[in-house]
Amino acid sequence: MVACRAIGILSRFSAFRILRSRGYICRNFTGSSALLTRTHINYGVKGDVAVVRINSPNSKVNTLSKELHSEFTEVMNEIWASDQIRSAVLISSKPGCFIAGADINMLSACKTLQEVTQLSQEAQRILEKLEKSPKPVVAAINGSCLGGGLELAISCQYRIATKDRKTVLGVPEVLLGALPGAGGTQRLPKMVGVPAALDMMLTGRNIRADRAKKMGLVDQLVEPLGPGLKPPEERTMEYLEEVAITFAKGLADKKISPKRNKGLVEKLTAYAMTIPFVRQQVYKKVEEKVRKQTKGLYPAPLKIIDVVKTGIEQGSDAGYLSESQKFGELVMTKESKALMGLYHGQVLCKKNKFGAPQKDVKHLAILGAGLMGAGIAQVSVDKGLKTILKDATLTGLDRGQQQVFKGLNDKVKKKALTSFERDSIFSNLTGQLDYQGFEKADMVIEAVFEDLSLKHRVLKEVEAVIPDHCIFASNTSALPISEIAAVSKRPEKVIGMHYFSPVDKMQLLEIITTEKTSRDTSASAVAVGLKQGKVIIVVKEGVDPKKLDSLTTSFGFPVGAATLVDEVGVDVAKHVAEDLGKVFGERFGGGNPELLTQMVSKGFLGRKSGKGFYIYQEGVKRKDLNSDMDSILASLKLPPKSEVSSDEDIQFRLVTRFVNEAVMCLQEGILATPAEGDIGAVFGLGFPPCLGGWSRRLGKQLTLAWSPCCISFNELLFLYSGPFRFVDLYGAQTIVDRLKKYEAAYGKQFTPCQLLADHANSPNKKFYQ
Amino acid sequence: MTTILTCPFKKLPTTSKWALRFAIRPLSCSSQLRAAPAVQTKTKKTLAKPNIRNVVVVDGVRTPFLLSGTSGLLHRTSVPKEVVDYIIFGTVIQEVKTSNVAREAALGAGFSDKTPAHTVTMACISANQAMTTGVGLIASGQCDVIVAGGVELMSDIPIRHSRKMRKLMLDLNKAKSMGQRLSLISKFRLNFLAPELPAVAEFSTSETMGHSADRLAAAFAVSRLEQDEYALRSHSLAKKAQDEGLLSDVVPFRVPGKDTVTKDNGIRPSSLEQMAKLKPAFIKPYGTVTAANSSFLTDGASAMLIMAEEKALAMGYKPKAYLRDFMYVSQDPKDQLLLGPTYATPKVLEKAGLTMNDIDAFEFHEAFSGQILANFKAMDSDWFAENYMGRKTKVGLPPLEKFNNWGGSLSLGHPFGATGCRLVMAAANRLRKEGGQYGLVAACAAGGQGHAMIVEAYPK
Repeated sequence: MVACRAIGILSRFSAFRILRSRGYICRNFTGSSALLTRTHINYGVKGDVAVVRINSPNSKVNTLSKELHSEFTEVMNEIWASDQIRSAVLISSKPGCFIAGADINMLSACKTLQEVTQLSQEAQRILEKLEKSPKPVVAAINGSCLGGGLELAISCQYRIATKDRKTVLGVPEVLLGALPGAGGTQRLPKMVGVPAALDMMLTGRNIRADRAKKMGLVDQLVEPLGPGLKPPEERTMEYLEEVAITFAKGLADKKISPKRNKGLVEKLTAYAMTIPFVRQQVYKKVEEKVRKQTKGLYPAPLKIIDVVKTGIEQGSDAGYLSESQKFGELVMTKESKALMGLYHGQVLCKKNKFGAPQKDVKHLAILGAGLMGAGIAQVSVDKGLKTILKDATLTGLDRGQQQVFKGLNDKVKKKALTSFERDSIFSNLTGQLDYQGFEKADMVIEAVFEDLSLKHRVLKEVEAVIPDHCIFASNTSALPISEIAAVSKRPEKVIGMHYFSPVDKMQLLEIITTEKTSRDTSASAVAVGLKQGKVIIVVKEGVDPKKLDSLTTSFGFPVGAATLVDEVGVDVAKHVAEDLGKVFGERFGGGNPELLTQMVSKGFLGRKSGKGFYIYQEGVKRKDLNSDMDSILASLKLPPKSEVSSDEDIQFRLVTRFVNEAVMCLQEGILATPAEGDIGAVFGLGFPPCLGGWSRRLGKQLTLAWSPCCISFNELLFLYSGPFRFVDLYGAQTIVDRLKKYEAAYGKQFTPCQLLADHANSPNKKFYQ
Repeated sequence: MTTILTCPFKKLPTTSKWALRFAIRPLSCSSQLRAAPAVQTKTKKTLAKPNIRNVVVVDGVRTPFLLSGTSGLLHRTSVPKEVVDYIIFGTVIQEVKTSNVAREAALGAGFSDKTPAHTVTMACISANQAMTTGVGLIASGQCDVIVAGGVELMSDIPIRHSRKMRKLMLDLNKAKSMGQRLSLISKFRLNFLAPELPAVAEFSTSETMGHSADRLAAAFAVSRLEQDEYALRSHSLAKKAQDEGLLSDVVPFRVPGKDTVTKDNGIRPSSLEQMAKLKPAFIKPYGTVTAANSSFLTDGASAMLIMAEEKALAMGYKPKAYLRDFMYVSQDPKDQLLLGPTYATPKVLEKAGLTMNDIDAFEFHEAFSGQILANFKAMDSDWFAENYMGRKTKVGLPPLEKFNNWGGSLSLGHPFGATGCRLVMAAANRLRKEGGQYGLVAACAAGGQGHAMIVEAYPK
């Protein structure tokens, strides 16, 4: 009886809704025969609104491929031809992604400039048609809307985005060494104004939905929904679609105007930009800034400015033409190929090749509340991991907890978190001096001082209190994991997780496995790293302790030396250098440990003491060189060898040795794939290459450590391609020649390894086919 | 407010014949009374528990709920002293000057200054909290007679100076010399004067409740029309109840300087067409929650005299109902802010050993039409029960013909702190009038909390 009543109630409530929404329910699949053959796009008609769904098959994201392009053209033509349809909604079937951008494989596959230019022109054509569509088209955006995806969205008449954290809009082409090639350089300035458009295109930054609304990039926001009668993401997509349909109808009925009311500041900017003189000043200023930051070595930003300028000054026809041509030119450059390769590598390193671990890590314990330990804690608590931070002293613990809080509070200042969220995240952290609660830990990461006997003691102490399944990870950069694991009762649960300082900024995590490390342990470590948002490379540690234990440390020493040493602490670095010297002998010869010893004795301990190679002040972002270092450096300067001391030689000495070490790692099986080596190198050095950040910083480091050279084109290329791709792009033979020259002058540390020599001997051999 | 406190005592006969009943009272058994329909038998004959004192509602009253702005509530009357052991009041937005408003009100109302009083707060279920605190005190034998209630003054909410201004003023207090004062004053900026309105938004999510309700309705696919229909039902039923004189818990209230108000003034049955014209109030321009299908904020006060059963009978009172099991729940304050009743209902039923079928009168707090309907859908969904409540099967829908039959917060209004008592009194009065035995009261509150309580009719 109750059931009858329940049904009665329901029918009462829903009767009107069904009547009202009958139009929605009777889907009319116009052209359903074509539907069957389409794999990327399909559409249904709800009332008089066509709902076009984008769904790239077998992929987590939608990308603009040739197939998608042709199906989209087909579908739109059908929609434009249909009498029944008055408006359309564009939506993705994937909750986390609208369109992530153009298919990079499609671009990399292009052999000639003309091919790329043609791709761009085809895209321009269909989007222009979309822009001039007589039937209003509403883009309903949930998840990433990047590159070509955003270019598609801004060609629509109206945009609705969910106010979700996952929803980001942007044109990141510049990060791949290209430019928005589907009309973006022309439409964006009109939509958000020239300064904002240039900022977006030159930085490639992601813009969150609420910001996009303020900028005028989207017209309406939809709040993501919580749980209802379906999973939240699913219902949110449905809701977004429902809202988009109402707006599409409103637009078709002319009840809603697609025009946006601009604010006063916007109007003034727009007015100012109508004055030719002001425009010229803006271009000049931006160009100057870009030149300064890229030292003119990075071609994409300048071309972007150029194309935008052409569009505004000479009309959109000229703009579109210039856009497609420059797009072709850029995609064919070495830089772009290197960056696209890097992107692939990065995608690869965001996957867990060991599969899902048997037990999810929910409780994490970190030993040592130093810069590293606290940094690891910070990236763990905000991902919802219950984290214990243990230190030996109250002052150390206090400092570490302050660091975590400060890191979270900085996010509040940037409005990435609310103060409430900060507090609730911070509550995931427990600071303590004893081992209480370790019996619940699923993983322990030690970040204590780099001293083998200390690590042994800690490992034994921990193993006495942790449960059987708990993993012991060491954040060592210098000590071999197998030696640490030697005293373990369960060496299969011991693994290396080498984070880079500062942990919350550096994306790279290097996972080091020993012969005994079990597969499930690796899977767990990778899963934790991925949760922490890291790009992960997994390296194997050989049984022979003579082998290189840490690829990136070796990279870090020659190039990022100054900053790296300051970050980890000069005393730690000294300790590490002594250890590495003992283990690696000649391969690490060349550096002077005396430098670090002198620094320690003067109290220059790096960031933690306020002085190292640089001077650190609270609240000051700019790093000044520590002038007191000059005397130390001067006293230790080696007499230069004239035959190998040209500027170019100094640069190559660095780069080639770097490459040689990397290739040796691959040869010895420490690295599984070249891609991981490249990612390790690039991210370990402070990627991503966003303008204004990296090149300047690295440039400075190089200048300091190996003055008087300054960053060159080759180094830059090297820095964002990684050693393996660099060999492919630059040629193995040239590198081997250089190495031999330095070997003669400096000795064994420059002997080219066998694999590199093989590549030099057969020019067809490439690391990336 | 205090008029209402005097009322129950005046109306009650002070003869002691009821005390006799106490001695011979059999287990309360209303099924005999309802023998004629015999639709279903109750799972349990009564919820009395061995060794725990029965707690009864002697009576409850409330002022008419007035649309915010028509009045403030102050009054002076005398109540017989020494009757009341303890006074508990619920309130939400607190005035700094009267942070323990219960005590101030009790004193102002002429209660004995020997009767202690405290204030509780739990957002929209503050009055429920006051009642259940009282129940606890009585059941544990600490007190015999308690006045519990709630009060809210939406027309005079405290507005604070900005943080900067407050700091400046506090520092000025501490400044010792003229120089210090001047240097402090020189720091004054005009924007310090911008006042800080009390947050109507959730502290944790910065989302207003209406906004959350709109999202909740969307999550459960509750349409605008459904919401408007439900709101219309609430207003129509309230109007009917008012016309038939069923809202007997209302006592006239004289607004100082204005006419005496004798009934709720927010009941305004409208038409669906008119309601459809309203624009969304929170999610603009496409949301579904409007002024017409939301409860409105009002001034209002309610109070209840609750006693240990034997004490009530000994004093010659005729109780109206037993207060039985109750339950507080809480969940995610963002996405499940208003789903309290869904979570609390099955738990309190289980605790009491009852089923949905045993309940004769449902009184749910109607914050928003969308919220009530979303709760219905949640209670009717196996998927929701499995995935979010850890239950194997759905809770089940309360039958609509037993649901908020005398109107609800949508039509009567919703003084945050006072609604709880109204719900209990409505349930008790409905049970008396309609002849049922068990009533279920449920409400949701800011912070993602919820409450439910079983009310059992006192045998006639």
